[in-house]
Amino acid sequence: MDFVPILVIILKIVVLTFVIVLPLVPLSVYFERRFSAIIQDRVGPNRVGIPLTLFGAKKDFHLFGLVQPVADGLKLFLKEDFTPAHVRKAFYWLAPALTLIPSLVTVCVIPFGSTLSINGEPFKLVIADLDIGPLFVFSIASLSVYGITLAGWSSNSKFPFIGGVRSTAQMISYEIALGLSIIPVLLYFGDLNLSNIVQYQADHGWLLLPFWDNDATHTLGSKLLFWFPAAIAFLIFTVSIFAETNRMPFDLPECETELVGGYHTEYSSMKFAMFFMGEYAAMVIGSSLIVTLFLGGWSMGFGLDKYISEFHFGSFYFGGLIHLAVFLFKVVSFILFFILVRWTVPRFRYDQLMKLGWVVFFEAALINVFLAALILAAPHLQGVIITIGAVLLFVLTLAVIWVAKASEEKPKLLRA
Amino acid sequence: MPFYLFWLFTTVMLIGGVSVIAFRNPVSSALSVVTCFVGLAGLFIGLSAFFVGVIQILVYTGAVMVLFLFIIMLLDLKDEEHRTNKIAPIATGLVLIGIFLIQLFSVIADTPNAESPPLDQATLSAAADSYPQDSKIATELKEGHLPDVHLIGHTLFTQYNLHLQILGVLLLVATIGVVSLSKRQTE
Repeated sequence: MDFVPILVIILKIVVLTFVIVLPLVPLSVYFERRFSAIIQDRVGPNRVGIPLTLFGAKKDFHLFGLVQPVADGLKLFLKEDFTPAHVRKAFYWLAPALTLIPSLVTVCVIPFGSTLSINGEPFKLVIADLDIGPLFVFSIASLSVYGITLAGWSSNSKFPFIGGVRSTAQMISYEIALGLSIIPVLLYFGDLNLSNIVQYQADHGWLLLPFWDNDATHTLGSKLLFWFPAAIAFLIFTVSIFAETNRMPFDLPECETELVGGYHTEYSSMKFAMFFMGEYAAMVIGSSLIVTLFLGGWSMGFGLDKYISEFHFGSFYFGGLIHLAVFLFKVVSFILFFILVRWTVPRFRYDQLMKLGWVVFFEAALINVFLAALILAAPHLQGVIITIGAVLLFVLTLAVIWVAKASEEKPKLLRA
Repeated sequence: MPFYLFWLFTTVMLIGGVSVIAFRNPVSSALSVVTCFVGLAGLFIGLSAFFVGVIQILVYTGAVMVLFLFIIMLLDLKDEEHRTNKIAPIATGLVLIGIFLIQLFSVIADTPNAESPPLDQATLSAAADSYPQDSKIATELKEGHLPDVHLIGHTLFTQYNLHLQILGVLLLVATIGVVSLSKRQTE
């Protein structure tokens, strides 16, 4: 039995999951605190650094407060791990793990960079190069709802339970919009392998910036026409990811003003920290998925990728590492966007949230599927059929808007 | 699929299945069903049916069972935890198991005991000829990959197109029916 491939896989898992993705979690907590401080005109945590005064130096080296997340983690480890007497023990212990583990499992299909080549042997910077990438991410990420639901139920107290129920309803509702919104994207690429999707974007332009191409067979016109369904898909997908990760403005499951702390009210110490990490890990994975599908993944863009892949140092082709850096830069930028939204957009009301998911996004994503299909099929169809399709699509859109308006006219109170 | 993975997933599935009826608490039972489904998805993936396996998790584990759990949690569970076992339901269950076993064995007895061809390069590129030249499916098959998602889509939209449309209408009718029934109750 050959042990080298197994060693390579273990090395990939350790490096990509525990050296790259996990440190992004405390880092995004730090970014969150500093960024919110900037927005609210405060200073934020900028002191915790290397305490040189302990060793007799004149001044501490503050390092912009970057050691703050380490101090936070240490504090959470040292806190008392208290289990209230009224909880259902087994589920209470299971729930935090069920929130964190799915987020970390989904790391395995994300392509972090292009191929590294050492002595002519290629190493793809992805743990499992599955042919069903986005579906795998959705299916595993949908398991994390169990953690939140069970946490709410097993706490055996009112507010956590309401938080858990809210979260379940919210995640199921937005999963539909999430799944429907990427159908146009998958139609465009014709592939479910995330590595191939990124390679295609590196060669033919990112989905949202289709302005360059390595071969001239694809005309700019058809790609620019597809930009519209792609942009609608991007909008729906991004907002749905916000809802799936329970982030502001959709953080109704842990809405402090109504529910104390939400589903994790009864949790303390590292069990609480695992929910916290789960939320941030989901945010990191969500950002990487958005970057991979819509913004070119690891590709530098502007036709530069084939030159980057040529860089080598003897027989060591290190272009993949540059691509890894590009990917991390994009992901961190998107995380900053997540944080910006959290501190600028106020929280939705629960009925508004449900309405946005079921009445607006569900229909918009469905119509977007037809629009994308029409645009993609147009070069192979006759003019008359395209016109009929366009008219039908227009009528369908009007009908959906009319139904949505009509259902709004007589608001009835629902009695249980 | 390596045989130890088969035994692993089968064991997970069977433990899940048995604990569904062994647990008194309905929430535990629902979670056991989830375990059973995850094991089943593992078996599908082991058989190279990646799409079916992932859909199994996405639809049944991630959506259907979450709804089940959601409903169970909203119910009062006190009665369920103190129920006693009566003879009639157990007997009916045993009879049903017997019928299913007979059905299973008759199906297995009818199936010819031929070994299915291995999914290697030769088999796959031979299968490529029955698909249009230069299509995604044909090129993937020639390269020795199994494009299972594309194959399922192709089969659904050519061979079973009418069935698919009828199923779609049926589901739409069911959805509208549920909405209208629940609206009538609130008035």
